[in-house]
Amino acid sequence: MADVITYREAVAEGIAREMRRDETVVCLGEDIGAAEGVFKTTVGLFKEFGPRRVWDTPISEQAIIGAATGAAMTGMRPVAEIMFSDFLACCWDYLANEIPKLRYMTGGQVTVPLVVRTANGGGLGFGAQHSQATENWALTVPGLKIAAPSTPADVIGLMASAIRSDDPVVFFEHKGLFASKGEPAPPDHVVPLGEAATVRAGTDVTIVALAATVPTALAAAERLAGEDVSAEVIDLRCLVPLDVRTVLESVARTSRLIIVEENPYQGGWGGTVASIVADEGFEFLDAPIRRVASACVPLPFADRLEDEVIPTVDKVADAVRRLAVF
Amino acid sequence: MADTDAGAELLDLYEQMVIIRRTEQAAHDLFLSGLVKGTTHLAAGHEAVAVGASAALRPDDYVFATYRGHHHAIARGASPEECLAELMSKATGICKAKGGSMHLTKADVGMLGSYAIVGSHLPIAAGAAWSATLRGTEQVAVAFFGDGATNIGAFHEALNLAAVWRLPVLFVCENNLYMEYTPIASVTAVANPAADRGPAYGIAGEVIDGNDVLVVRDSVAAAADRARAGEGPSLIEACTYRHFGHSRADPATYRPEEEVKAWLERDPLDLARARLDELEVAKEQILAADERAEALVADAVAAAKAAPPADPAEALTDVWADGGAAWRT
Repeated sequence: MADVITYREAVAEGIAREMRRDETVVCLGEDIGAAEGVFKTTVGLFKEFGPRRVWDTPISEQAIIGAATGAAMTGMRPVAEIMFSDFLACCWDYLANEIPKLRYMTGGQVTVPLVVRTANGGGLGFGAQHSQATENWALTVPGLKIAAPSTPADVIGLMASAIRSDDPVVFFEHKGLFASKGEPAPPDHVVPLGEAATVRAGTDVTIVALAATVPTALAAAERLAGEDVSAEVIDLRCLVPLDVRTVLESVARTSRLIIVEENPYQGGWGGTVASIVADEGFEFLDAPIRRVASACVPLPFADRLEDEVIPTVDKVADAVRRLAVF
Repeated sequence: MADTDAGAELLDLYEQMVIIRRTEQAAHDLFLSGLVKGTTHLAAGHEAVAVGASAALRPDDYVFATYRGHHHAIARGASPEECLAELMSKATGICKAKGGSMHLTKADVGMLGSYAIVGSHLPIAAGAAWSATLRGTEQVAVAFFGDGATNIGAFHEALNLAAVWRLPVLFVCENNLYMEYTPIASVTAVANPAADRGPAYGIAGEVIDGNDVLVVRDSVAAAADRARAGEGPSLIEACTYRHFGHSRADPATYRPEEEVKAWLERDPLDLARARLDELEVAKEQILAADERAEALVADAVAAAKAAPPADPAEALTDVWADGGAAWRT
């Protein structure tokens, strides 16, 4: 086994592991077969599993997700790719009105075990229609599980859980992390949906992060360690199920909470976390809850402009400093 | 002998159509008396499409319907009682009163739902057909939809994908001339809103008399045979007419009197009765079928009325496969 694996390799590896153990797992999406994915996240799948398991589709997001839904209802475990998470808007009917509601509105008659994978987030200069962090879109709809890993091993472990789940899962792969490297996952590695990871222990402030904001938070925490501020960093890993218990246990010790989210402040998932902590952990807090989120504007193209909008190490470190002395 | 068999089969289809007609009339009356909340989209007039198609399908085939879908649920095997109980918000409703009129579903007989976002279920039906090919079952999937759905993107994406992947799916349009309140002809560039679009996707479109239950049966049977033989999807445009308005208490005054009159003269029940006469089925047998259907629906109404209301605790179940609704620790 290689010493390190990239995040993008982990995506393909995670899917391949499940395809090997379960013949009902099939993939569909634009350019995912012979072309091996525009982000090279499906490298090797077509070669190993062939055209009966890995299906290239037309540019038809409604057909992709609709077909995945029908297949999931009838005995398959489809893994559908939506190339950029911005394009979820093209098939939002399925994520908002169909997939999350089918079991409920049929009184439990129908099961929809599918995974919608999508490349999410900014930092690469792709502009307003290819850079959004849209995990909060999915969070607005009860009935979807939401995973957003930050490390290659978690990609593999969460992919296993997502594909094996009898519930629909939206799986956000962060574009800014595709080239990042990490420890490979051991065989049969499974990370349960809804279990946050405390990725750095600390005593003064809790930083809650997700996907690409995890390395941002860790870098800020490292910088602050030199200033005698001890920050604990929690990687939520999933938004649904939301591991509030881990967050509350941490805040009970640190008394301070900062939430770092890449989606816009307006309607961002940090608002949900903050409201729960305010409601159920108010007595733990010695300071207001702070949110470092993207500015409420479309994502600009130029690096200098994009950095102005999305969370950065400087912004997180600054927010932690101010909160530590509150 | 052949005629006797044909007569018995048609009599059975006729009785199913009468059951649907009586159920829709009951739903209409219950709505007007305040016992059905929300909305209903009644399918009286469309019975031949559902019953004819269902007669041509295997028990394990899949059916997907729209919010105007009571007839498909019943044709596929749902009882009028569980459907009416659903409309009346009763615990015994077919979807535990969580779906309502627009979402009647009976998965264990392959009736995989009624969808209230126009056109959304066409790609889903294509997916069920894709699944059947992957599993090698020779099942087919049928999506029933209205003429209005032919102008939404999902229709076109589904037709293209189904054609490219040669999926065993039947797209059956119930063209009742109106997309809600507006004549379909006034918002569509071609004469046959479904069938004329087929050639763009390499699918031959067929226009049929959707009020003749035997015509529908034969057309769907031929399409299903082609699908099972690996010849890909079919597109059938069944011309029919609704006897009620679009929904709720819509009096449908936007429809010309002459048009309504002409279509009511082609009531699918009357057409079936005329054919039964041709097949020399005894008047008493037809009358007996009418009486059985009437009694079945009267009993269904009584049972649905007597059923307990939905338990409020049910509201927080069935979100996830474990039966619950927990979204956080």
